[in-house]
Amino acid sequence: MKADITIDCMGLYCPMPIVNTTRQMKAMQPGQVLEVMADDEGIKQDMPNWAKMTGNEFLGIEEEDGKYRVFVRKG
Amino acid sequence: MAEKEKMTLILFSGEMDKALAAFNIALGGAASGMDVTIFFTFWGLNVIKKNEGSIKSKGVMRNMLNFMNRGGAKRLPLSKFHMMGMGKAMMQGLMKDINFPQVDELMRTAKELGVKFIACTTTMGMMGIGKDAFITGVDSYAGVATYIAEARQSSINLFI
Repeated sequence: MKADITIDCMGLYCPMPIVNTTRQMKAMQPGQVLEVMADDEGIKQDMPNWAKMTGNEFLGIEEEDGKYRVFVRKG
Repeated sequence: MAEKEKMTLILFSGEMDKALAAFNIALGGAASGMDVTIFFTFWGLNVIKKNEGSIKSKGVMRNMLNFMNRGGAKRLPLSKFHMMGMGKAMMQGLMKDINFPQVDELMRTAKELGVKFIACTTTMGMMGIGKDAFITGVDSYAGVATYIAEARQSSINLFI
């Protein structure tokens, strides 16, 4: 999946990946896709829930060796 | 989106671990688009006391209390295994290990995301401390009616 912007949340735990996602999203345009790189497993459930609450679209998650690449489209 | 949902937290405790939990939840709420208010009351006021300088109060008893109960985000003890600060230092080491922010950093992020801080004036009166005892991030000073007014419109309400 292709993203417009990628942020690195590797090594960060809840709530920081969500907080950093919120910060980044504020600077983006609707329709743009954000990729969040993370290794805290909580992100698997947190990001879809966060997207639902904030009116953004959760596009999917790619998992490899305990590392996650999460994609969200700004609503 | 429609009108923002609200979250109200009461932070009654003045310990580091409980403050971490409170700010973690507050940040989650704010990041999820909620209006978040934290009421700091009783020992919880220690969390928003400034770290530097002395805290002025009136009378011998209150001076003694504020000497023993200095507070400040950097001075909060652990609720368990504090061990005169040794346990706390170890816990802070573990937090650093996983890049987890300290209380004062979480507090700054909370302010950045628009979390509202309200200090309880009853506790301030009882402990004899004024507004000059607190950090600049405190938005207002109020009592229980203000809490009720906020809490009754909140979908999440916690006492920590």
